[in-house]
Amino acid sequence: MKKIINNPNDVVSDMVSGMIQAFPEKLEQIDGTMIIKRKELSSNKVGLVSGGGSGHEPAHAGYVGKGMLDAAVAGEVFTSPTPDQILAAIKAVDTGHGVLLIVKNYTGDVMNFDMASELAESEGIKVEQVIVNDDVAVEDSDFTTGRRGIAGTVFVHKIAGAMAETGATLNEVKEVAEKTITHVRSMGMALTPCTVPAAGKPSFQLEDNEMEIGIGIHGEAGIERKPITSAENIANELTQKVLDDLQLQSGDEVAVMINGLGATPEMELFILQQHVNQLLKDNNLSVFRTYVGEFMTSLEMTGCSVTLLKVDNQLKSLLEAKSEATAFRV
Amino acid sequence: MKLQVNDIRNWMNLSNQLIQENKSYLTELDQAIGDSDHGINMARGFQEVITKIQDQSYSTPSDMLKDVAMTLMSKVGGAAGPLYGTAFLILSMAWKNKSEIQVNDIKDGLQASLDGIKQRGKATSGEKTMIDVWDPVVQLFSENDITDPSLIEETAKQAMNNTKDLKATKGRASYFKEKSIGNIDPGSASSYYIFSALSTSLQGA
Repeated sequence: MKKIINNPNDVVSDMVSGMIQAFPEKLEQIDGTMIIKRKELSSNKVGLVSGGGSGHEPAHAGYVGKGMLDAAVAGEVFTSPTPDQILAAIKAVDTGHGVLLIVKNYTGDVMNFDMASELAESEGIKVEQVIVNDDVAVEDSDFTTGRRGIAGTVFVHKIAGAMAETGATLNEVKEVAEKTITHVRSMGMALTPCTVPAAGKPSFQLEDNEMEIGIGIHGEAGIERKPITSAENIANELTQKVLDDLQLQSGDEVAVMINGLGATPEMELFILQQHVNQLLKDNNLSVFRTYVGEFMTSLEMTGCSVTLLKVDNQLKSLLEAKSEATAFRV
Repeated sequence: MKLQVNDIRNWMNLSNQLIQENKSYLTELDQAIGDSDHGINMARGFQEVITKIQDQSYSTPSDMLKDVAMTLMSKVGGAAGPLYGTAFLILSMAWKNKSEIQVNDIKDGLQASLDGIKQRGKATSGEKTMIDVWDPVVQLFSENDITDPSLIEETAKQAMNNTKDLKATKGRASYFKEKSIGNIDPGSASSYYIFSALSTSLQGA
């Protein structure tokens, strides 16, 4: 393992200190925690908290700022933050209007955020949560815990954040977050695995000529291993799977996110992007906005994900609303 | 055969020892069907448990187990943190105010913990999770008069090995479907270490 770190056990706290120092006028750390919080909270506003394992930067701390999240809780690498930390974040951002938790659908995250909600409610804070499950690679059924939450979560942060900034109630913010979740789908692929610092070795093995389709963002292996093919084929395979699931009508409008997983050059993401857009055009869909870059990464994994969000006038105006989050400026 | 504060401390020390020794193994198991952090998280959590309880004096096992539960909940993270945290918190509640834990108390306490784990994880037996070790151990207590504590270790070990042939339908491993068959569930392995340690600490008690 070759990484620019000190002690593998300190990567999260070292990272959080660095983030705070990079944006001293916007962000602050809550003492004794791995919580990154907006320095100035807007009063009269529903609080927004998200978080999850570290290693997905800029998620989630990069989305803290006016117009998006009020606080993000960083767990250990690829490990959910704990209930006491989430509770501290809830208390830090509650201005009396309640707090919405945005959770990605992983067993651990759901359990820890659940416990934190229970604790917050017992202290008299109004808390609601939404669970993002945009990954079409894994099926939903009565027998599984459902689909994973991946890059589509960033759209939920953006839209719920913009809604909260309008002074909407907790229920209204929750409602628009749920509407976003209903309308967003993603699918990812990888060319190489990643290495969790404390584990010291890659999470799976791929041959030089292989790619893994349907990977998660925690170094989980995907659903299918295949020989590597062209950007055009990869774009078509990922996008088609998303389209099949989202069931769009001819003439529908979508926002597109082409997300790099940590070690993919922007060049390749832009190559992919043009094929995704072409396929959408072929399906008589119009593109409202395209976002290309690293939004939800998986350490140094090479690969990408494609996210489509079906938009209407409300979602479009919330996507376009001002955001001062360090990793998502509008 | 009864557990007092020092036996519980011994139980936790032995659990920690087994988890530290098998940290890489647990992570390898989790690499096969999960997100490869189980060993790292459990080792961090149990190390913190030992730091917390080693020099403190407790008047009852319940008081110590409450500290164990809160430490696991706030240091482990992932799914294991809330699950083991819940398990030990309920054990602590079941044994409240008792200075000596008899075999019957162990039986009732473990049953209550198992119910709590099932509720927290919304899971049941046969889904390739830690429950597949907890369930047979609880059954052992309810169906037998335990005179030989090594039975606990044997039952837990057999149960852990049995998870190999199960297909995961809960938790992160469920995404792997058929690919999850052939590997021992990491949560069932860490639960085995905890019951193996209980077995050893009961032998001296």
